[in-house]
Amino acid sequence: MGKLFDKLNSDVRFVEGINGCINCGTCTAICPAAEVYDYEPRSIANLVQTRDDSVIEELLKSETIWYCGECMSCKTRCPRNNAPGLIIQALRKLSIESGLFVESEKGRQQLSLKRMLGNSILETGYCVHFDHTELSMFPELGPVWQWIRDNRETVLKKVGANYQGSGPGAMRKISKENLDELEKIFEVTGGLEWFNTIEMHSERKAQEMGLEKGDETDKKSSYFREVYTKNSAQKHNRK
Amino acid sequence: MKQEGKKRIWSDYQKEIADDKFYFVRSCIRQTFFPGSDSTYIKILRDVLGKDVYENPNHTTCTGIGYHTEVVPFETIQTVVARNYSLMREKGYENYNPSCVTSFGIYTEILETWHHFPEEKQKTRDFLKKATGREFEEPKNLAHTSDVLFKFREEIAAKAKYKLINKETGKPLKVVDHIGCHYSKMFPNKGVGGAEYPQVLAGLVEAFGGEVIDYPERRHCCGFGFRQYFVQGNRGYSIAASKKKFESMEPFKPDFIITNCPGCNYFMDRWQYALAEMEHKTYGENGYGIPVLTYEEVAGLVLGFDPWEMGMQMHQTDVEPLLKKIGVEYDPSQKFKGANGEDLPLPEKPNHIKFTI
Repeated sequence: MGKLFDKLNSDVRFVEGINGCINCGTCTAICPAAEVYDYEPRSIANLVQTRDDSVIEELLKSETIWYCGECMSCKTRCPRNNAPGLIIQALRKLSIESGLFVESEKGRQQLSLKRMLGNSILETGYCVHFDHTELSMFPELGPVWQWIRDNRETVLKKVGANYQGSGPGAMRKISKENLDELEKIFEVTGGLEWFNTIEMHSERKAQEMGLEKGDETDKKSSYFREVYTKNSAQKHNRK
Repeated sequence: MKQEGKKRIWSDYQKEIADDKFYFVRSCIRQTFFPGSDSTYIKILRDVLGKDVYENPNHTTCTGIGYHTEVVPFETIQTVVARNYSLMREKGYENYNPSCVTSFGIYTEILETWHHFPEEKQKTRDFLKKATGREFEEPKNLAHTSDVLFKFREEIAAKAKYKLINKETGKPLKVVDHIGCHYSKMFPNKGVGGAEYPQVLAGLVEAFGGEVIDYPERRHCCGFGFRQYFVQGNRGYSIAASKKKFESMEPFKPDFIITNCPGCNYFMDRWQYALAEMEHKTYGENGYGIPVLTYEEVAGLVLGFDPWEMGMQMHQTDVEPLLKKIGVEYDPSQKFKGANGEDLPLPEKPNHIKFTI
């Protein structure tokens, strides 16, 4: 049993996720990711149960582990109560901790996710905040969303929201005291270190690729734009 | 026989849903995109059903979307969840009531983790104490907001002004129910009806007079996929999954879609607009899309609430064809007015899907 496997096996999600895969392929038949990507959750379960570190290392560097959408449809249908989605979560954790996530196009996307969602959590107390929902990044929001944004004070009031207000209500401002507690939790539990790990390895990769990473809030730098928008469809799509 | 089989299986998947004193916690996505549905839920519980609903302004995100995009580690989210439980007990409540399906899945997964791995719970206790000085207890009851409306569906139906019936034909409206994956796919016995035959929305629709459509891709994911939506380069995954569902339901001519997940509602609404703009294809009648309603909106509509105060103008797939079909009395001229009835500039019309302005 190798070192990487030991690390995987110390994650309770991995322990819960694999109970001996019989390779029936039910998870692959039901998987939304397998519908579009060159991806089989069945093979993920099969590969990790080899307990072979070289196989696991290849997975950590691969595009494959980033194709899953974590919908967990696989968990419902597996006759052995496996959950490839949970195995994926454990693999992704290890890929980030080891810095190998930057070796794949899909893994490099982690920087954009950290800057969009991670930063939002600590700045606003929300994963997704109204003020960050710009049509330039999410054009499918449509013209009605532009109308809502342009008239936010009165439109949000009409539907009973408390946009940026104090006290309870939708879209209320989360107070500094609460944000401080949240940040302290991130500090104590390794959440801040996790953010730094993503930024640090992305910096290394950006330099290697000759791109500008920008500071840790930058969503316009050349590296951010590259990882946020690039899709080598020929490589990823189901053959 | 087939129906009896389904009903028998459903009997294995009943769940306990609190009766009163709800500690209501909002969803990041719901309050951003359909905040009027939150307002409608509280109004139904407080004003129609006479229930105690408390909302704590100190509550923060559960960080669930961050967790499912590998931005937030498991230890961190467990501790944030423990803090949220601590805030509830501090206010004397014990019935946790999230409106988010991602959160509901998170809260369920973490309670199950603590049950199977007590050392994770102890670690979380230590982290929370160190970070905030707080202690926590698990909730006595955990129910999603759609569970609660399901529980009181007959009481709501008894007070309804409208039924889910086509005013012209007198026939029940045909409804697609879409359940968020994390409601019951991970822990089927934590959802009403389990994962294969979830009853939580079907029960509402039937209680309000509608008819549920059973179509091939009924259980397929809407395509959120967390990172598969948030990263622009991955968004093809997301729209392809929704398209697969629309193509599958189209032959059954649904009058509307009802969802219990904030994300699903957003995606099924917006991807219809995007598909129309990209492929000039619409899935509803006469060039419109299929309206996508939250369960709060559906309950509010049958109770006679004003559609614009519920925020139904915030959908990009127009809801007005459905309002007319049911015969809802409403004022079309108020749709894009401000909070005090003031005139506002109108939104632009999409190019390839009808949208009433």
